[in-house]
Amino acid sequence: MMKKLLKLSAVAALATATLATAGTLDDVKKAGILKCGVNTGLPGFSEADSKGQWRGLDVDYCRALAAVVLGDASKVKYVPLNAKERFTALQSGEIDVLSRNTTNTETRDTSLGINFTGVMYYDGQGFMVPKSLGVKSAKELDGATVCIQAGTTTELNLADYFRANHMKFKAITFDTNDQVTKAFEAGRCDVLTTDASGLYATRTKLANPEKYVVLPEIISKEPLAPAVRHGDDQWFDIAKWTRNALLTAEEKGITMANVDEAKAKSTDPEVKRLLSVEGKMCDNLKLEKGCFYNAIKQVGNYGEIFERNVGVKTPLKIQRGLNALWTQGGLQYSPPFR
Amino acid sequence: MPSFLRDEKIRGILYQIIAITLFVGFLFYIAQNTAHNIEQRGIKTGFAFLHDTAGFDITESPIPFTPASTHLKVFEVGLLNTLIVSFWGIVFSSLIGLLIGIWRLSPNWLINRIAAAYIETFRNIPVLLQILFWYNVVLATLPSTRHSLNFFNAVFINNRGFFMPKLVFQDGAWMIGAAIVAAIIGIIFVHRWAKKRQEETGEQFPVFLTGIILLIGLPLLAYLIAGRPVTAVYPELHGFNFRGGKTFTPEFLALLFALSIYTATFIAEAIRSGIEAVPKGQKEAATSLGLSPLQQLRLVILPQAVRIAIPSIINQYLNLIKNSSLAAAIGYPELVTIFAGTSLNQTGQALEILLITMLTYLLISLIVSLILNWFNAKMKIKER
Repeated sequence: MMKKLLKLSAVAALATATLATAGTLDDVKKAGILKCGVNTGLPGFSEADSKGQWRGLDVDYCRALAAVVLGDASKVKYVPLNAKERFTALQSGEIDVLSRNTTNTETRDTSLGINFTGVMYYDGQGFMVPKSLGVKSAKELDGATVCIQAGTTTELNLADYFRANHMKFKAITFDTNDQVTKAFEAGRCDVLTTDASGLYATRTKLANPEKYVVLPEIISKEPLAPAVRHGDDQWFDIAKWTRNALLTAEEKGITMANVDEAKAKSTDPEVKRLLSVEGKMCDNLKLEKGCFYNAIKQVGNYGEIFERNVGVKTPLKIQRGLNALWTQGGLQYSPPFR
Repeated sequence: MPSFLRDEKIRGILYQIIAITLFVGFLFYIAQNTAHNIEQRGIKTGFAFLHDTAGFDITESPIPFTPASTHLKVFEVGLLNTLIVSFWGIVFSSLIGLLIGIWRLSPNWLINRIAAAYIETFRNIPVLLQILFWYNVVLATLPSTRHSLNFFNAVFINNRGFFMPKLVFQDGAWMIGAAIVAAIIGIIFVHRWAKKRQEETGEQFPVFLTGIILLIGLPLLAYLIAGRPVTAVYPELHGFNFRGGKTFTPEFLALLFALSIYTATFIAEAIRSGIEAVPKGQKEAATSLGLSPLQQLRLVILPQAVRIAIPSIINQYLNLIKNSSLAAAIGYPELVTIFAGTSLNQTGQALEILLITMLTYLLISLIVSLILNWFNAKMKIKER
């Protein structure tokens, strides 16, 4: 009996991991809802508020994509995923897009059957410690116990960094960010490490944030990007150009508030193409006219999304830094709408 | 209808053949479909990843492990940790289960009720919740490293774990091992001799006491003769943490605790039903022979009760081994946590890794049940 059950479950696991899908765009249109994989809880990026509404930078990307494809930013089904589940969920078709502070790396891009769209947030890995330890630099962490989320690039960087600096460490790994935070707060480990944005987000969740300090070292590049399944170029294009539209809107100064005015009066040819006044930008993607207009009208441009969720006026107080537009000395850059 | 089809036996076989063909065909279709989809998506397949560098670290490993080790090594570490926690879980749950099972039938009202309350409480709460509960309780109540509970500067307890001196064996330590083996052989010999003597003359010999003296005395003698070849390494606070000595992490302790306490309730019930299944006349006969209550239990009731209880206890052992995979919730690095968890995510080879993991559990379970079934067959009353 046991043998039979195990056999069956093996078959079920194989079958569910590989349901074939036709075009993702058709599937989403048919379902009338976008299935978006998000973080289980990371303030500023993806978190359900007290009313069960999902909020955050990663969440706003899902909303923008839903507005582009379906014309309505609220037509999103959020699927909270931990780091270990996320790629399988995407590969198996459980979600249409993964927007979950995921680092674009060579291995993931080439061997997991997924494609990364443009970078939504340029990040890097850092360390947080209790002030009472008196540690001023990551170089003083020899022998420390580190709390970390399993299956992340962070986990690999950590090992590399300590190895490169001839230091030893003990890693305690957990499935979710919440478990990591809880263990860190309970004193199970000396150090919490994740992407710097995640550290600031996590710090807002601690009972006494002022008792903890983020160390100055940033030990890695973490370009966080949404991802879609490999092999569906049309859907990949839509996902890429949604992000590009948000960036171009900021560059051109088009906001939620003035997008209608821009649509009516702007004389800038690129703005006209972006807002479907001229050209066939949405047609090329097999979408309704005004697809990007919907996203900007309902969700806002990249700068608005950034400031609303993680900017200096939020509890996270993150400066634009690398995430400023290329025109302002940052890295955020969109190819032209032409 | 041809005549042979009217034969019930032949029809039965025919149905079986059709069913098997359909089932195999279904499996084949699934495998084909899977392979096709994987290829189309550009997902890498195969088992070559096992020899790639893992790149991450594992906290507790019975064998040397560094981030430069391979995923195969991750598998080995995970498997060993699963076996270690399962082994101790089986030992402790058996001991607790036996005790509670006997208490459950005690004529003493208080003891009887305590056992019942224990069983009803811990049997009816999901084991995952119990694991999380113990883990969080352990972490919340224990002091930080610098304020460790200190016992004679040898044993330290804090929220990083339970630190105790580790024994280091030097040249000549083999003599102690040899002494233990000799003691065990001696005890078996004494036991046989005593039994034979009792059967012949009716006189009893204190086998238990002699056994203890042999088991402690012989190794001690060897230790002194060999020039004290065993020393201890004491844990010492060094920078962030204690170094040296033997450590039990909170993850290990919480998992072991939860699994033992949970599984013990089922074993206790198995023992209880075993004892209740022993005919009442056996106990009355034992009483009339003048055996004390403890002797009745040890010599008459338990040997029969355990026989009845063994099959269901085997199932509980298998459950315990499988439940150990819930460790993923608290990060104890066993097979599912590090291999079917971290390795899977770092390599993305979900199918291969899940297949290996499932086969491994299947194999462990089959081996355990094989051993215990053999034991069961041996223990069964020989009916002639």
